[in-house]
Amino acid sequence: MTRRTALVNARLLDPATRLDAPGGILIEDGRIAAIGPEVTAGSAPEGAAVIDCEGACAAPGLVDMRVQLGEPGGEHKETIDSGSLAAAAGGVTAVVALPNTSPVIDDVNVVEFIARRAREVRRVKVFAYGALTRGLKGEQLTELGMLKDAGALAFTDGLRAVSSARVMRRALSYAQAFDALIVQHPEEPELARGGVVTEGEIATRLGLPGIPAAAEAMMIDRDLRLVALTGGRYHAAHVTTAGALVLIRRAKREGWRVTCDTAPHYFALNETAIGDYRTFGKVSPPLRSEVDRRAVVEALADGTIDAIASDHDPQDQESKRLPFGDAEPGIVGLESLLPLSLELYHNGHMALLDVLEKLTSAPADLLGLPLGRLAPGRAGDVVVFDPDIPGRIEVDAFRSKSRNSPFDRRPVQGRVLRTVVDGRTVFEAG
Amino acid sequence: MADVAPYSYPHRHLLGIEGLVPGEISALLDLSESYVEQSRRDDKKVAVLKGRTVINVFFETSTRTRTSFELAGKRLGADVINISPDISAIKKGETLLDTALTLNAMRPDLLVVRHPQSGAVHLLSEKVDGAVINAGDGWHEHPTQALLDALTIRRRLGGLSGLTVAICGDIMHSRVARSNIHLLPAEMDRFGVEVFHDMRAGLDGVDIVMMLRLQTERMQGSFVPSVREYFHFFGLDARKLAAARPDALVMHPGPMNRGVEIDSDVADDIHRSLIQEQVEMGVAVRMACLDLLTRKLQSNRAEAA
Repeated sequence: MTRRTALVNARLLDPATRLDAPGGILIEDGRIAAIGPEVTAGSAPEGAAVIDCEGACAAPGLVDMRVQLGEPGGEHKETIDSGSLAAAAGGVTAVVALPNTSPVIDDVNVVEFIARRAREVRRVKVFAYGALTRGLKGEQLTELGMLKDAGALAFTDGLRAVSSARVMRRALSYAQAFDALIVQHPEEPELARGGVVTEGEIATRLGLPGIPAAAEAMMIDRDLRLVALTGGRYHAAHVTTAGALVLIRRAKREGWRVTCDTAPHYFALNETAIGDYRTFGKVSPPLRSEVDRRAVVEALADGTIDAIASDHDPQDQESKRLPFGDAEPGIVGLESLLPLSLELYHNGHMALLDVLEKLTSAPADLLGLPLGRLAPGRAGDVVVFDPDIPGRIEVDAFRSKSRNSPFDRRPVQGRVLRTVVDGRTVFEAG
Repeated sequence: MADVAPYSYPHRHLLGIEGLVPGEISALLDLSESYVEQSRRDDKKVAVLKGRTVINVFFETSTRTRTSFELAGKRLGADVINISPDISAIKKGETLLDTALTLNAMRPDLLVVRHPQSGAVHLLSEKVDGAVINAGDGWHEHPTQALLDALTIRRRLGGLSGLTVAICGDIMHSRVARSNIHLLPAEMDRFGVEVFHDMRAGLDGVDIVMMLRLQTERMQGSFVPSVREYFHFFGLDARKLAAARPDALVMHPGPMNRGVEIDSDVADDIHRSLIQEQVEMGVAVRMACLDLLTRKLQSNRAEAA
């Protein structure tokens, strides 16, 4: 029997086609069968579950290209189960997990393990990166082709930069045989070693070891030269500095195959969020100066930054309630991704459709996922949200196993009302 | 004894000089003066802190600061115990906050804490009921060192205003430098300091030369190519000191590396060197800090009751 769901009386928002019009979405057996003003409560086929959106926005479910789900190996911080609950509550219908698990995702078996766990949990779509080098050691390439066939979407050493120019060059060359995307943590590791905040007045005042902001541009500069040399496909994760963005903007103008993303904390916060050693403000790369934060906003608006990812990095209390230098970096981000990204819209920096594009079709396209679009034949993954409703980020209400967010009690506008994956409602606001 | 009202130092802890106003610093220094006199008597002990417990918790080895605090507490009549890194449970994997809670359960009135991580003393202070004195946290602050330096200068020169002070050495890694920069009032750059990379240019016409200890681990860590080169360019000797005022005074927080950051001729010059006096002032300043924080603690408890 065909399973039908009709989302009606919505403001349809599809960034890929620039659609912004009233209407409805009919989903049949997990795929979009019809979309437009003709889909109404009255026109819905017999037996369809009709959901009245009451005028709220309906957009493609968010595609979060950078999360950590704790599984396998870090189940005390997050699991695929708790992480997908958090994703669903955040309007995220697909996540891509980093390979820095234990064991590392450098083997086909681990990719298959993640896929199996995601099928068992059956909430949101869970994909994984493959490690670029064995054990994330930065030395020997993994079996990129076999990992890609097993389902690894792209390749990265996660939180670690690929330090060796030789290894990066080989990766960019070899990956072209499989049209595989290489994702770099862009930070010159020798320069960054031991640092916990961005070098500058605040670091000096707090007496914390700093990382010069230039460490990011230096690594990206090197990598871009390797991209020019090899023609490989390169993505810089969480770009945070004006200097690096200048380089990426220029590389894009040259027509090189370069993309990048950033995370909400890099456009919603600056380094002052560290305050008196608040470890919830400790992230890698570290929070930057106000000048850099503004450059990130500008680069989002002008298209230099392609995508926004939550950089979801759950940490338990034992990892955060430590002296700043000893604490783990990371912010739990799935459930604040949409409201924080909507600040770009509310503050007048970007149109609503442009913000959504960075969260849906843009990351899906650069990872080769057929997601992030509202069109017949596409997956029935939808987020229903009210972009204007005022509220606060309430960390205590998070579904994630971890609570490490510097955004607790932050006033925001916008709330996820319902999340639909393949036509199934996986989250509904209470 | 100086009559200092508890509200003249309104903070529960002493975590750093940053954030203190000149009046609060003066109150601490004024009270210290009376303790200098007391420490020079045959009977050095009073009962100001009788029945109080002071715990010195040092997560980093220290002899002089710990001894100075220990003497300060004992001269005020407190019960003082020391916990050092080799016997502390930290070695067995206990977290800082668990250590804090354990110590707190023993109901100390004052905790004197040194830790290798910047901000660690601040973190610990949030979890205990007593008052906390920062005895040095990472590169961040060492407030009692800045206070004893100020007291030493004030006693010798009659005041702090209008003086030019050169702080020389490894500023980046120095909590002593940070605390002194916050204490010594000036308004030039963002930190109120002017930076020099040439000793003679920096020392030109200054009243006070504060040398910093070059940490031996920094010498190995390729921050400085060699001790020889460091001493040649940045070590204080009579030749470089000649650039300062003829009556300029020399200070050092100790322990000194003779022949590394300071030449013995300068360090031991009784007319120019304040180094021994700094050690003496250290005890008096720490007595004043323990005393004032206890008064504040007492008035807080009285209000709560």
